[in-house]
Amino acid sequence: MSNTCVRKSWRLLAIGAALAVVSAPLPARAALGGDSASVQADQLHMQGSLRTTAAAAYTMHEIQGASGTVVREYVSAAGASAGKVFAVAWQGPWRPDMRQILGNYFEQFAQAAKSQSKSRMGRKPLMIELPGLVVEQSGHARAFAGRAYVPDMLPTGVRTEEIQ
Amino acid sequence: MRDLRIFLAFAIFPAFAFLAACGGGSSGSSNSSSTTTTTQTIATSGANVASISVNAGPNGNYVNGAFASVTVCVPGTSNCQTIDGILVDTGSYGLRIISSALTVALPQQNASDGNPVVECLPFLDSYSWGPVQTADVQIASEKAASVPIQVLSDTDFTTPTACSQGFPSADTLTTLGANGILGVGLAAQDCGSACVQTGATNPGLYYECPSSSCATTGVVTGEALAQQVINPVALFTTDNNGVIVELPAVSGGEVTVSGSLVFGIGTQSNNALGTATIYTAPNAAFTTTYKSQTYAESFIDSGSNGYFFPDSTIPVCSDITGFYCPSSTENLSATNQASGASGTVDFSVANADALFANLSDNAFEDLGGPAGAPANYFDWGLPFFYGRNVYTAIEGMSTPGGTGPFWAY
Repeated sequence: MSNTCVRKSWRLLAIGAALAVVSAPLPARAALGGDSASVQADQLHMQGSLRTTAAAAYTMHEIQGASGTVVREYVSAAGASAGKVFAVAWQGPWRPDMRQILGNYFEQFAQAAKSQSKSRMGRKPLMIELPGLVVEQSGHARAFAGRAYVPDMLPTGVRTEEIQ
Repeated sequence: MRDLRIFLAFAIFPAFAFLAACGGGSSGSSNSSSTTTTTQTIATSGANVASISVNAGPNGNYVNGAFASVTVCVPGTSNCQTIDGILVDTGSYGLRIISSALTVALPQQNASDGNPVVECLPFLDSYSWGPVQTADVQIASEKAASVPIQVLSDTDFTTPTACSQGFPSADTLTTLGANGILGVGLAAQDCGSACVQTGATNPGLYYECPSSSCATTGVVTGEALAQQVINPVALFTTDNNGVIVELPAVSGGEVTVSGSLVFGIGTQSNNALGTATIYTAPNAAFTTTYKSQTYAESFIDSGSNGYFFPDSTIPVCSDITGFYCPSSTENLSATNQASGASGTVDFSVANADALFANLSDNAFEDLGGPAGAPANYFDWGLPFFYGRNVYTAIEGMSTPGGTGPFWAY
């Protein structure tokens, strides 16, 4: 069963603003590893519209950003990571705000990105495969696609090929 | 087609077929869609022909990089400098030169309020940062006046965190491996209309930096199309509708490979489309089908140093990231498709550790690596160019084969 709903960005902006007033402030950033509230924070940050698709093991929130880049955030439905964003994928003319979408995993990513081997140089896709974090990005100028996920947080039965 | 060539060679010269099957020894181009084989012709003379060379580059450790010389001048003067070691990149748009390689003082581009314009351009595993300056550009005998270029520098203006995004910069000889990048791809401007207006839709490439402490003072600025860093070919007075990268076939690994960067498509006697098949690329992409998987955002990119595509059945190298290390060479095939055109490409991926073990070799025909996911991209990098002339027609420019953007080979 899948349930898809499309909402206009102005409505979500209004909802987000209302939530911010009546409940605790939304986290400034959380995204990967954060709870589903961080999806709304990202959506507000990207000034985009949101579409939600439910699969058996997760809910995928697709944010269409104002600059044309689509970000998809995968929230686990059950298990130890229930309610948490276990993966983020993106595609569009520009890469997304990495600090925003990687949340607490940003520093780990930045460390790994800066320590890539340069013994034989060249230009190629980004492939960071750490035990606790995978970040990949491919494409070319004006066309980027990538994804980041926490292997330990993948819900049972979810294949990494689904994250895209 | 290469498989046809191999078949013909096998029928006539069995020993030659063995070489071809090993990925070497094939001298014909693969650009024929008919039943006849064609021989690759590499232009060596002409006002529109620049020599290029695949070698270790100015930092001595580049793999599968094609380098050219570019002359930049203070606009309207004969105060010029020729810089070699500039990477020829059909996957980006615009000329970028590291500041340490630049000795002529080029004028800074300023915003309407007088503040310097500084650019942040994201790449896959890095970013470039530095001021936009203006130069007259000459390559071979082709000239373009007052071209906005990017001077790569981490020190002239401090980098905003919104630019770096956790990535390393590639703005020096040791981090770029080249003295610059010559982006001669399908587009003219490196950003396009998205960067003209400020606000949420602006991707944030162009900054105004009121002071050198741009990390705190910089703001994203709207940059008119004419001000943006641009593929200099589009501003040439002649032969400005695209380029042809012409590199001979490579047998295994080689130290140096010499070829040509030819300007213009169908504008001179040495740059006709001939029998090349045209692959239109309305969104800077065509479709590649590989092992029954469809990659709808695939592209040809001389600035990628290998074939990059997802294949979980090919082991990745354990000691170097980003390359495949199969136990024996994988002989593979994929089909490229665009409106009204289709063609099969045979290619091979060898063990990158074994290739790189020969430290003197810099050009490898069988270098490949993973592309990760989302699985939309099949990246035909520089190895694809060995043994075939590859045409890149700029968007909106007319050629005898139609209006760009398209690739042909």
